[in-house]
Amino acid sequence: MFASIVSYGLAVGAVYALIGITYNVMFSASRVFSFTAGMLGMLGGVLGALFINKMGMNAVLALVAVLACGAVLGLVTEILTVRPVLKSIEQHLYVLSTLAFALMVQQVAAVEWGTEAQPFPVLIPIDPASLWGQIDQKFWLPVLACAVTIGGLEFLYRRTLIGRAFLAIAEDSYAARALGLPETRLRMASFALAGMIGALAGFTGAQMLLAYFGNQSILNFYGFVPVALGGMGSNRGALIGGLALGLFQQAANFLVGGIFAAVAVFVVFIIVLLLRPEGLAGAATARRV
Amino acid sequence: MTEAAAPIRTRGAAGTRWLGKLEGKISWILLGLAGLLLPLLDDSYIGTIATRAYIYWVLSAGLNLVVGYAGQIAIGWVSMLTLGAYTTAALAAGRVGPEWNSYLALLAGGAVGAVFGVVVGLPALRLRTFYFAMTTLGFATIVTQVALAWKDITGGGVGTPGPVFPWPFDPGWGFYYFCFILAALATWMTANIGSSRYGRALVAIRDAEVAAEASGIAKPKLLMLIFLLAGALGGVAGGLFSSLQSYITPDAFTFEMSVLFFIGILIGGRGSILGPLLGTIILTVLPEFAAPLVQWSTFLYAALLLVIVLVIPGGIADLLDYKNRRPLEQHREIVPRPELLPRVLDRPAAELLTLKNIALSFGGVRAIDGLDLEIRPGEVHGLIGPNGSGKTTTLNVISGYYAPQSGEVRLGGAVLPPSAAHLRANHRIARTFQTPRLIGGASVLDNVMIGGTIDGQGSFVESLVTLPRHRRDEAGLRAAAMLALQTVGLESLAAVRTDRLQHSELRFVEIARALMLRPACLLLDEPAAGLSTEEIRRLGALIKAISRAGTAVLLVEHHADLIFDICDHVTVLNLGKVLAAGTPAEIRSHREVVSAYLGA
Repeated sequence: MFASIVSYGLAVGAVYALIGITYNVMFSASRVFSFTAGMLGMLGGVLGALFINKMGMNAVLALVAVLACGAVLGLVTEILTVRPVLKSIEQHLYVLSTLAFALMVQQVAAVEWGTEAQPFPVLIPIDPASLWGQIDQKFWLPVLACAVTIGGLEFLYRRTLIGRAFLAIAEDSYAARALGLPETRLRMASFALAGMIGALAGFTGAQMLLAYFGNQSILNFYGFVPVALGGMGSNRGALIGGLALGLFQQAANFLVGGIFAAVAVFVVFIIVLLLRPEGLAGAATARRV
Repeated sequence: MTEAAAPIRTRGAAGTRWLGKLEGKISWILLGLAGLLLPLLDDSYIGTIATRAYIYWVLSAGLNLVVGYAGQIAIGWVSMLTLGAYTTAALAAGRVGPEWNSYLALLAGGAVGAVFGVVVGLPALRLRTFYFAMTTLGFATIVTQVALAWKDITGGGVGTPGPVFPWPFDPGWGFYYFCFILAALATWMTANIGSSRYGRALVAIRDAEVAAEASGIAKPKLLMLIFLLAGALGGVAGGLFSSLQSYITPDAFTFEMSVLFFIGILIGGRGSILGPLLGTIILTVLPEFAAPLVQWSTFLYAALLLVIVLVIPGGIADLLDYKNRRPLEQHREIVPRPELLPRVLDRPAAELLTLKNIALSFGGVRAIDGLDLEIRPGEVHGLIGPNGSGKTTTLNVISGYYAPQSGEVRLGGAVLPPSAAHLRANHRIARTFQTPRLIGGASVLDNVMIGGTIDGQGSFVESLVTLPRHRRDEAGLRAAAMLALQTVGLESLAAVRTDRLQHSELRFVEIARALMLRPACLLLDEPAAGLSTEEIRRLGALIKAISRAGTAVLLVEHHADLIFDICDHVTVLNLGKVLAAGTPAEIRSHREVVSAYLGA
């Protein structure tokens, strides 16, 4: 039991962490929390199953195609739902515009794909008797994807010029623009990157979570919990928060049953937020008057 | 005070006023008649659709106060419908103890909705927009999951039968009228709240939270009341819904329904009752005419939401607001009438405001460093100094936005509690802001009336059903606000949307709002910024008259001429410390002040 809590918990936690990072990457570039994060995760699974099962692509090709779709959707999100409302005084309009877009995409997926959850193919043919086959790939694939993403982002943000430009925009977009950084293009790049991360999460997690249009709202919520706990914009916070959430959820699943696990997660989420609205690792807020 | 402030109407024989009232009510009368006479069609299909629209509106009417007025993005409000539906159904079916009477079960559904409305609303007090949206969404998901799992009570995926209401509201047209009556009741009550001081306070929290606090509006209490009401209405709607469906399963309460409620309100426009009502009716009826598109209905709703957000954020209500598209007079002049001040500031004698050894640092920056200040009633006290010298910070300490690390603020004998901005209004401390904090979408009169919120006597419930005390409050506040507007010289703009005013007019509106408190102490933060020379002269005369009426005035300003013109006493700050203090004449010749700030 312990082993399955840990393996399943870490795997699903890694998916949550990746969705949390998807939120973060979009947030850093635009100060906008986008409801499209869960949508990207859902599409990673649905599109992956479509490409492999129905169109007969191999796993690598399907991954590339899924990531490309994620990037395109990220760009559309930025152009259609974020840019038009960024200048508006009523800052919360983005909540509604991104939600509307995510719902539209979800409905297309439901109508075109069907509302039943469908199995996702095994991506890597491994002999279950071999060393790598000891642990089911549906458990380690998301963890691997999460590790690669975190490593890649760390490299991007710390070692490359464009990554530093991202950080500059996130830190102070006015100052960054004054330095001549192309804010709009960087924001678009961030959304495309976030699209790829979200799609990757869905793709690698789909053997476990299945290809199901309803994953959108689940991922939207459970992917946001790590962000709220770890502090906005902090990828390490999202990683720790995501894994902790996955383990907690699975442990609760085994101990008190699935439904009350959901209630437990929600209660903990609310309590933590009420006690520390800025997250466990976040900083306090700015001046109001 | 009330009788002294006879309302002045610029134009208005009794006849046109009566017509104007009818004009506002005519759409309601038509809607009511349509609802009453609909059964004459004797078409049960239409009856069912209309009943559904009424039920949705019972929920949306409450949600409208949360979303449209208070600006809280409660997306997952369908959870209240679910809770109310299962409570009513389970109690009426005898799944918990003996079978309840259906009407009692419906009441219980409302009660459960009210409790959970507050529970779900609680995070709104501390969390930012998106976080709150997320928690309501998470709650809606969890309620559905619990409904699926708690098979003893809810029947799980198989479902449970809904209640049947006995005579007089038995199924068919009886039930139709039941829902119609409840919808009308919900409309009436929420409209009462919307047009009361509570409704204005909600909008103030939404659009000018800081100013709302300064006017003595306690956000937590008010929001909890609204969430309670909206939850109760949602619960009642749920009970009715379970009866209409006659059999409920968790599938019936989709997230799409939440979106539908939400979009109905946004289509209608924020801060309106009629608009969201029409929006809800349209959204309920529309899918019936587009049967082939039924699987795309969510898509269409979402697309509609996107279009509204991007193209007409103001909704139907904004499109219909032709009154505010009439051009305003071009060269307007603000002519204050200080002679009205004795009537405006009718209050007991003011007391001395003292700051003692106040210190406050932000990180390593010492914003205020051991400040002593004394502001006497009947005098204008000028506070000047270079940028960053701690002027606005001082105002924020006095008005309770910042808690000083040491020292105390006293008004007369009472020590003012630190960091309790919404309690300052009770001490009759009013203020204006460096950038005017007003509600752009509300009329000038409404903005000014917000300043008098704490003078209302009636309770929330009295406003809900317009008891006499509520009506007396409204009349009193309206008269006082008109008087305050006459005093600052803006009475001709009372009915105009505030975001159509010029910058200088906004400054005077803020002063009018502050006067509504009948302040013992008035804090002005750069009131002359952006005004013309002539306007500054008139502002100066007005401020001086306010102080002579017995108010202690603290004036933060950069216009040296104004300061030396009207102040009785001037304090110069530099780096959070008092550089000099004295009469204007002394300050003007103070060597350090001249070199540090005024210039030769």
